[in-house]
Amino acid sequence: SRRLCILKGIYPHEPKHKKKVNKGSTAPRTFYLLKDIKFLLHEPIVNKFREYKVFVRKLRKAYGKGEWSTVDRLKDNKPSYKLDHIVKERYPTFIDALRDLDDALSMCFLFSTFPRSGKCHVQTIQLCRRLAVEFLNYVIASRSLRKVFLSIKGIYYQAEVLGQPVTWITPYAFAHDHPTDVDYRVMATFTEFYTTLLGFVNFRLYQSLNLLYPPKIDGQADIELKPVEGQEYAMDSESYLEKLSALSASLARAVAPAHEEEAELDEFPVEGETAEQMDAKKKEQEALEKHKKLFEGLRFFLNREVPREPLAFIIRCFGGQVSWDKSLCIGATYDVNDPSITHQIVDRPRVEQQVVGRYYLQPQWVFDSVNAKLCLPVADYFPGVLLPPHLSPFVTEQEGDYIPPEKLKLLAMQRGENPDEESEEEEDEEDDNDKEEEEEEDESEKEEEMKLKKMEEQKTQSNKMLPVKVTAGKLRLEDKQRLEQEQQSEEKRLAIMMMKKREKYLYKKIMFGKKRKVREANKLAAKRKAHDTAVKEEKKKSKKARRA
Amino acid sequence: QPSVDFFTHEVMIHPVTNRPADKRSFIPSLIEKEKVSKLVHAIKMGWIKPRKPKDDTPTYYDLWAHEEPGSILGRHKMHVPAPKMKLPGHEESYNPPPEYLLSEEEKLAWEQQEPAERRLNFVPRQYRCLRAVPAYSRFIHERFERCLDLYLCPRQRKMRVNVDPEDLIPKLPKPQDLQPFPTVQALVYRGHSSLVRCLGISPSGQWLVSGSDDGTLRFWEVSTARCMRTLPVGGVVKSVAWNPNPTVCLVAVAVEQSVLLVNPCLGDKLLYGATDQLLESYVAPEEERVQPVRWDTATPEEHAKGIRLIIRHSKAVKQVTWHGKGDYFASVVSDNGNMQVLIHQASKRWSQNPFRRSKGLVQCVLFHPLRPYFFVATQRYVRVYNLLKQELTKKLMANCKWVSSMAIHPGGDNVICGSYDSKLAWFDLDLSTRPYQMLRHHKKALRSVAFHRHYPLFASGSDDGTVIVCHGMVYNDLLQNPLLVPVKVLKGHALTLDLGVLDVIFHPTQPWVFSSGADGTIRLYT
Repeated sequence: SRRLCILKGIYPHEPKHKKKVNKGSTAPRTFYLLKDIKFLLHEPIVNKFREYKVFVRKLRKAYGKGEWSTVDRLKDNKPSYKLDHIVKERYPTFIDALRDLDDALSMCFLFSTFPRSGKCHVQTIQLCRRLAVEFLNYVIASRSLRKVFLSIKGIYYQAEVLGQPVTWITPYAFAHDHPTDVDYRVMATFTEFYTTLLGFVNFRLYQSLNLLYPPKIDGQADIELKPVEGQEYAMDSESYLEKLSALSASLARAVAPAHEEEAELDEFPVEGETAEQMDAKKKEQEALEKHKKLFEGLRFFLNREVPREPLAFIIRCFGGQVSWDKSLCIGATYDVNDPSITHQIVDRPRVEQQVVGRYYLQPQWVFDSVNAKLCLPVADYFPGVLLPPHLSPFVTEQEGDYIPPEKLKLLAMQRGENPDEESEEEEDEEDDNDKEEEEEEDESEKEEEMKLKKMEEQKTQSNKMLPVKVTAGKLRLEDKQRLEQEQQSEEKRLAIMMMKKREKYLYKKIMFGKKRKVREANKLAAKRKAHDTAVKEEKKKSKKARRA
Repeated sequence: QPSVDFFTHEVMIHPVTNRPADKRSFIPSLIEKEKVSKLVHAIKMGWIKPRKPKDDTPTYYDLWAHEEPGSILGRHKMHVPAPKMKLPGHEESYNPPPEYLLSEEEKLAWEQQEPAERRLNFVPRQYRCLRAVPAYSRFIHERFERCLDLYLCPRQRKMRVNVDPEDLIPKLPKPQDLQPFPTVQALVYRGHSSLVRCLGISPSGQWLVSGSDDGTLRFWEVSTARCMRTLPVGGVVKSVAWNPNPTVCLVAVAVEQSVLLVNPCLGDKLLYGATDQLLESYVAPEEERVQPVRWDTATPEEHAKGIRLIIRHSKAVKQVTWHGKGDYFASVVSDNGNMQVLIHQASKRWSQNPFRRSKGLVQCVLFHPLRPYFFVATQRYVRVYNLLKQELTKKLMANCKWVSSMAIHPGGDNVICGSYDSKLAWFDLDLSTRPYQMLRHHKKALRSVAFHRHYPLFASGSDDGTVIVCHGMVYNDLLQNPLLVPVKVLKGHALTLDLGVLDVIFHPTQPWVFSSGADGTIRLYT
């Protein structure tokens, strides 16, 4: 059945000879491997499913007859099943499980935001929430977050867990308008498996860091917290998950932490590795260490309009300290008036009563800094300021792709150059500098365009035949290089004519793809240029208006 | 009214009622006994089982504590992991760079596209701050679709071709190394007022003859592009062929229903005088033989123009071609019957019809340069007949829809066929009856093909207005396959009436090629 296929991870296959398998018809049908279905047949969980079905039937009967003692008895003997062996079977090694964690995490995070009524069991939602919070705490403890991205769909996170990139998306914290054309039973079945998987993965991950599982908040932090919440929360166990989900306290370790030992990794020279490679590796390692300690020593305060959980998570992942208003959520460690706060994250147009000695910043600064692997200049992110574009950290531009100018700037900054120091200067000067800058940009863009154009030309040349008419006069004018190039391109054209049909098809397809890429890049560049000129014009106009 | 508190928490000394106890409270209940005995029976029969002990294993434990290598089954090796979801690009940002936002018309196009065809499944939007970002309404949908993909999508390992396109281009010898071949246009022969259908060249290479739709035949001097003579023939000239015998100066011309043998009276006076003498030395045989065609001698005014003999056919003639020795020639009549191909002997003024039955519409015919073979190209096949034994020796499959022209290598072992579906087939007669190679160089229909008599060159002229010259080296070693390399694309003819080049012919001694076009010109490339 469907449920079994989902749990066991059986998927259809595309047959090699579709027509042969489908008895001559080409109508679309799904094909499963016979072996897979046989594999499903001797799965012990099938019996459990049958038992459960029987149980439900009996229960319904008892309810109908009003035999309450039978109902109680049946409920006591409710058959349960476990998916442990399926997890183990599908992921024979831990690394395999980590590789497939993306969907599990996204699903758990989604389910943990569902309301406590209607679409699925409350227990599932609570379990999802618990597992998600545990995973977040692990990421904080191991400092393995690498990239974050604010998209219009939700917030993407990428962590590197034991060398495997794990990406997940969380929705923005709003109530869902539940669509009607979605089969929640399918999603629930997936979640059932994913929670099992995530639980085991969490256990193993906590173990790898010598943390207690289920997680305990570190003793010292607990004591610190207690007097604050003692009055508001009657029961400790109730607030336990909430405290944990506040993400503000470190976790208890089974064994006393030994940071100093870990810090110095022994270097094992690998054979066949050159010194350069070693150096590069070392540098990368250093950069990574630096990235992990990005917010070390900074104290953040989150205003109440800012999404608390993601920001607290990110800041704590990079070593920063974070707090928020006491009435917002438990786990606040310090107050707004704390003088040691260095950054206050604000998302409103202006702030009354600014405290001297701290930066008031918009939340995008945190995200951009994490992606840039350095603390960006704060000037662009003051409250009420028009923010610079937020770029995706997941895009790695290849040769010939379009790179937005902001990214170029960022890359330059990462390399240590500081091209836009001028932009931080006073407003009056800014205009001129801006112009220069823009001109520079324009130039670079032009160069790029020229390059692209050239590429285009070469490609179109290869399609167009050159006219044979070459008079002697023209020949003298043209330099040798050009002639040689022409000759080469003609040779290429002739060689292309001699290609075999299949190869020619492939070649044309590849070339078509390349051309389309260039076209798209050109389009983006042109759009950007048009936009920039429009902005410039507007600036000039407003300036004139101001002068008049 | 004061209330009497009957049931207080205080224990009273008197009971509330004074009723004596029931008898049934002293004796054991029968109903209960029955129930108990039922239960006992059920337990005895094994219908009621003791409660299962709760298993107290923790829900989560170290599942991968013992990772034995044996647990990796064959299944896992065959397993195709689901592809991860695509990571978001700049356009998905809540505050993307302005160039990623869609313009109005792009948005409109996006809306009109089918949801499955869209490259982006969302419209990029820009929000000025994080606070303004709303919930994404399709979030649950997307997760659900991902779930569906995971368990319903067929998975398949696809071999991605990761090749450098440059590697696909075959390594061919450089054209410079294969010189000589015609590279530039040297001369243009102007004079015809309509399309020039056919070309012929004298065996010495000094004179060129061309036939056109304007009803004239023109003789040119090759080296100067001067028109030496114009001969009006009163009809569309379909084909011309210069006698390949250097001692005879004679041109066969196909005009409507007749074939004219014309003495151009160019060059050596002795030579063309000898030709005239040869033709006049004909003595009619005693007994009249029945012939498929009528041989007429030219009238005096025609004789003055150069026409010597007129062979009148019953239908329009579309091609004439000479045998290498220069005595026999063949003509092709456009007709469905068995009278499509006729072989004539000029010295004896004698014609014969070699075929009893028609095997399809004959496109062109050709004599083998060395052996007594005769090539007949129908729409799809080329049949090779042995003229001595009078039998079919080979049937070549051209692998194309409609053969337009044919040429034979001077060595006699290789044939090329041009076709109207823009293909050129190279046959190696020793190898197979199928083409050794199909060349698809032209974009439009091929009109004519030609071999050079000495150099390893062949050329094809097409409706796209180009002449492509190829190097076609044939080795004497039978084991080595011919080497075909395109060396030059010659352009120059303007397209008129969707026609480009109509005929190509090589100079007999030089690596030069002539082409005649629909624009009424003849061009020489050297």
